[in-house]
Amino acid sequence: MIEVENLTKHFGPKYAVNDLSFTVKPGEVLGFLGPNGAGKSTTMRMITGFITPSSGDAKVCGHSIIDQPFLAKDKIGYLPESAPLYNDMTVVGFLKFCADVRNLTGLAKKEAVERAIDTCFLSSVAHQSIDTLSKGYRHRTCLAQALLHDPEVLILDEPTDGLDPNQKHEVRQLIKRLGATKSILFSTHILEEVDASCTRAVIVDRGKIVADGTPEELKKQSSTGSLHDLFRQLTTLDTAHASA
Amino acid sequence: MKHIWTILKRELVSYFTQPTAYAIILIFLLISLTFNFTFGSFILAGDANLEWSFLFWHPWLYMLLAPAVGMRLWSDEQRNGTLELLGTFPIPPWSTILGKYLAAALVWLIALVLTFPIIITVNYLGEPDNGRIFSGYLGSYLTCCVFLAITMLVSACTRDQVVCLIVSVAICTLMVLCGYEAFIRELARFRFDFLVEALTALGVWDHFRSLTRGLFRYQDMVWFFSIIFTCLFGTSAILSAKRA
Repeated sequence: MIEVENLTKHFGPKYAVNDLSFTVKPGEVLGFLGPNGAGKSTTMRMITGFITPSSGDAKVCGHSIIDQPFLAKDKIGYLPESAPLYNDMTVVGFLKFCADVRNLTGLAKKEAVERAIDTCFLSSVAHQSIDTLSKGYRHRTCLAQALLHDPEVLILDEPTDGLDPNQKHEVRQLIKRLGATKSILFSTHILEEVDASCTRAVIVDRGKIVADGTPEELKKQSSTGSLHDLFRQLTTLDTAHASA
Repeated sequence: MKHIWTILKRELVSYFTQPTAYAIILIFLLISLTFNFTFGSFILAGDANLEWSFLFWHPWLYMLLAPAVGMRLWSDEQRNGTLELLGTFPIPPWSTILGKYLAAALVWLIALVLTFPIIITVNYLGEPDNGRIFSGYLGSYLTCCVFLAITMLVSACTRDQVVCLIVSVAICTLMVLCGYEAFIRELARFRFDFLVEALTALGVWDHFRSLTRGLFRYQDMVWFFSIIFTCLFGTSAILSAKRA
């Protein structure tokens, strides 16, 4: 369960996220759409406790990320946008390190690492050094890290970015499968993914929510019945910013 | 406590799976022992307590080599984006800072321990005061720890390892030079008494030399540990400021 309440972040006079509120219930996969620079990543970084909000709060399974950061972070699996990894470690070494961080020990640790490797199809590179991996494998290694402790909440920042069509399909299926029991928030600008794996979607533009609903509801809002057209109607172009 | 160990272990793996630690330890051993037998005129002077022949060279080596060990601690983390992973793991920032610092300090402890043949040599050739040698090594190690703490603080400020190396070496060099005898003597000639006292207290030599002479003074311990802790607190402050 993710409850975002009036979350705001400004860098100087510029608002990256402006009074954002939404909830993600267990069993729900919320697609977080918006053009580049709309504040998607900033919102996710605030929910995961990486950056401090200017005002507002985010609760993860009832724990405030500001007042009880460790309890909240414990419940979250997070895949950052760039899929950062320690290049000097092997895939297994990195996942074991993450298991240690998550307080998994003994058999639980071993099983968690094996399960994450299976789920993300990493067995062929398990003992390879991370700096030799291709982009798709790096992405999946970072995803494995997010799934390791079987978290109740998953926050995935562009989880299919840079993957080939087969891998994209696998990840979408995975999100759909995990979404049956977990609360998932994932950002994307590929609108097909909304149909493929989301139960609900919000569109954000310049830090504010401009549309919220199930994929069907959103399509109805558009005059032509297509998500693409709705997205273009509601969000501002980068070039419009520049000329304004 | 457990998290400090988790981080420390990861950092050590990273130091010893790459050539960094081996190269630096090897260079330190080679240069310090070469200086001992050449410029230090170890045999001629019959310096069984290693005070001038061996330990004297350590601050000069540390000012160049300690930053090379510490420079990657936070710079790398910022460049790779793994700071975002660390920031969203359920571990207190202090465990990460301490874990990283202790890992770098441990690399240097290994380097110092590996100079043991010289202790065996002086004990074989003469009758040294082993307590005094120990105190000298303690002074040497604490000096190194001070330089490491400074490097850690600098590395929190920049994502560029080279910038971190250059700035840290500059600061450490200043600390070595400003208390150096030849320099202080020159200042004393001009009767800058206040400056002489201030620079002597600020520089490394007064504190380092008292320990190599086998003198245990509280003021030296306060000097060593206050710089170390100030730098660690500074690191923590800079890292949390970056997340705000």
